[in-house]
Amino acid sequence: MSEPAGVLPDADLFSRDHFALFGLPRRFVIDERALESRYHELQSAAHPDRHAHRPEQERRLSMQWATRINEGYRLLRAPLTRARYLLELSGVDVGAENNTAMPADFLMQQMEWREALDEARDARDPAALDGLARSLRAARREAETLLAHELDEAHDTAAAAATVRRMMFIARLGEDIAEAHETLEN
Amino acid sequence: MAYSDKLLDHYENPRNVGSFGKEDDDVGTGMVGAPACGDVMKLQIKVGADGIIEDAKFKTYGCGSAIASSSLVTEWVKGKTLDQALEIKNTAIAEELALPPVKIHCSILAEDAIKAAVEDYRKKHGTTSSADAA
Repeated sequence: MSEPAGVLPDADLFSRDHFALFGLPRRFVIDERALESRYHELQSAAHPDRHAHRPEQERRLSMQWATRINEGYRLLRAPLTRARYLLELSGVDVGAENNTAMPADFLMQQMEWREALDEARDARDPAALDGLARSLRAARREAETLLAHELDEAHDTAAAAATVRRMMFIARLGEDIAEAHETLEN
Repeated sequence: MAYSDKLLDHYENPRNVGSFGKEDDDVGTGMVGAPACGDVMKLQIKVGADGIIEDAKFKTYGCGSAIASSSLVTEWVKGKTLDQALEIKNTAIAEELALPPVKIHCSILAEDAIKAAVEDYRKKHGTTSSADAA
């Protein structure tokens, strides 16, 4: 799968899944460099600038391709969305909207982190925010290690869905910490 | 997005914020969370010897709708038996606060928090129905 610059990828690829488009096996642990290089290859093949002089239909197609490529790239690059997508491909809904039964100790930890965030925000304490961000990064790495096992080795989709739900909390808190940081800096 | 007066009132003046002792014999604690928005809700009920919920407290980290939903249900559960409390449905919460469709999951969270609190209380007392708890 290698398209010369300015030549749109094979039309069949468009409707296939993101892993197929990027030539990656359907696994949680991916070769990030392969993803990057395939992304650049696809981008230069489909970029609308390279089709600007072509007939209208091809220009429209190149726009659709560019959107499709960016969407797939962003989704595959981030571990959380990649894991969700893998589960989706196996027909598993992670229950983000209606599964509220998280382990109590995990929710306790979330609540403590939320309290710490409020305190750091009120005290305008960037060092406390950094400390919180570090704890969160460690929790995220731990969850990613777990997902690699659950998705690629144990093929335990129920366990993986629970880990994805935990990661969603962690991601959300991470966004709020980053936002608090920005507010302090301004 | 236009929010209802009731929602704003519960958000700006939340009722029953706080905690009871988690280990207390007459307290049931429910902890739930919504992955989609990262909201975390703790709802506690204090149950009298007659099996009636005499007090409730909550602590919620989340959006205004989540805070309003939990504040509302702490009011609603008071004076109810455990079985009556379990009858509170998320649709009633959503209707009372006129939650917009994207915030329906906040009312689900509040309903599930009541269930979890009742379950915790019953587990402490080794019972499965409120008749036994009385």
